[in-house]
Amino acid sequence: MDKRTTIREAVAGLRDGMTIGIGGWGSRRKPMALVREMLRSPLKDLTIVSYGGPDVGLLCAAGKVRKVVYGFVSLDSIPLEPHFRAARQNGTIEAVELDEGMLQWGLYAASLRLPFLPTRAGLGSDVLKVNPHLRLVKSPYDDGEELVAVPAIPLDVALIHMNRADARGNGQFLGPDPFFDDLFCMAARRRIMTCEKIVATEELLREGSVHTLKINRMMTDAVIETPRGAHFTECPPDYGRDEAFQKEYAASAAEPEAWKAFKARYLELGSEDEYQKAVAAR
Amino acid sequence: MSDFTRADVCAVAIAETFRGDGEILASPIGILPMIGVRLAKLTFEPDLLMTDGVASLLGSVPPVGVAATEAVVEGWMPYRLVFDVVWSGRRHVMMGATQIDRYGNQNIACIGPFERPKAQLLGMRGAPGNTINHPTSYWVPNHGPKSFVPKVDVVSGVGYDRAAALGARAARFHSIRRVVSNLGVFDFETPDHRMRLVSVHPGTTVEQVVANTGFELSIPASVPETRTPTGEELRLIREVIDPKSLRLQEVKA
Repeated sequence: MDKRTTIREAVAGLRDGMTIGIGGWGSRRKPMALVREMLRSPLKDLTIVSYGGPDVGLLCAAGKVRKVVYGFVSLDSIPLEPHFRAARQNGTIEAVELDEGMLQWGLYAASLRLPFLPTRAGLGSDVLKVNPHLRLVKSPYDDGEELVAVPAIPLDVALIHMNRADARGNGQFLGPDPFFDDLFCMAARRRIMTCEKIVATEELLREGSVHTLKINRMMTDAVIETPRGAHFTECPPDYGRDEAFQKEYAASAAEPEAWKAFKARYLELGSEDEYQKAVAAR
Repeated sequence: MSDFTRADVCAVAIAETFRGDGEILASPIGILPMIGVRLAKLTFEPDLLMTDGVASLLGSVPPVGVAATEAVVEGWMPYRLVFDVVWSGRRHVMMGATQIDRYGNQNIACIGPFERPKAQLLGMRGAPGNTINHPTSYWVPNHGPKSFVPKVDVVSGVGYDRAAALGARAARFHSIRRVVSNLGVFDFETPDHRMRLVSVHPGTTVEQVVANTGFELSIPASVPETRTPTGEELRLIREVIDPKSLRLQEVKA
């Protein structure tokens, strides 16, 4: 089966109001080419589930988001995400703020088709207060311990970016951390994977051991080659974070005029190709 | 070598919070915590495990703020394994705190009401899970009435009053070891686990600490000075751990 497609076609399949999980972590290996295509689309009222970085910030700034489910939103080398902060402080989004491990548990529960998974994380903290939908569960065994029942977080769509993939939808991470991309895929009904490079299946082990083949083709529906598609987040070993660009992004968020100029220069373009050309021309 | 700085004293005080921890994952968040854990590892606590801040466990102690290309790697620790370690309890984290109160409740989520904050910060991150699962300490480089507050706006990290309300069984892994600030060292070794002043850094007075704390501290009759660095510790801090003097960016000389 050949799952290759384009970001335009993939994003055209998304609908208003969907719950969309985005892989990566902070400003690391984010499927930014897909996020940028979403910015060009008329999509709205989305629920975004993410270990958040500029994916969350950009979608909030563009008014695409109704609700964010997150453990944090950060640009790593710049601790706070300016557009996400603005959205929170202006009250334009609904926030489901969880402990990082609880978010993993919610995705894992969804991927295992379980209603919830128990954990100690959250007990005693305001995670329970600011998320009144969370409930406790009592151990049925002799210990009788009360734990947080993290509800499954099923996704309509998962978006991930890998270093390599084949046309059938097997994916490979070559950097140090797979993050939770496999869980995002397993928790979702439709799974879209971009990658730096599509290679022949028999070439997958050329650059990494079998342990790097974290995404198998049962976990994906669409594959798209998007070179530098995680820009400006990092995608090692292919490239590091574009710190200069990230600084420009964060600085422009502080000034409406500067943000308008940033958008005109990099975001209000016709395609991912034009974005990459605008970045290269800096 | 008596010309130590306040930052050097803080590094030693932070190292001391990890004394006795043995073979567990030490997770320092921030520059001074990273220096302090390295100092503990190079002196009295050699068995501590430590990551490079990405996904490798370090088998050597590379300097802070320098790409660890020469470092020895002794293991793999991606985020999902960190979460496993958190829930298994074999970890001691030192986090920052935008706000901390007298029972050690910590806030890194937001300032103002959660529904519409005045300032959105990082989010809960791992604070709820950390504090209920394994020992936690805090590093506050800007000790003042806005950071040491009577009541935190949001409880990210669980303090002793919240832990007590959960009951002894649910809170059996909860332990806030110490708070180190740029002014002094604090713990919770009081009958109801209110914050206690353990020591003041050389050049700081008890009065100064009290004036900069937004709640009533437990203060023993006699408050010692924080231990000053030994000559060997100063050499390690300056030459081996922090040759670029990044510590002076976090705590001014």
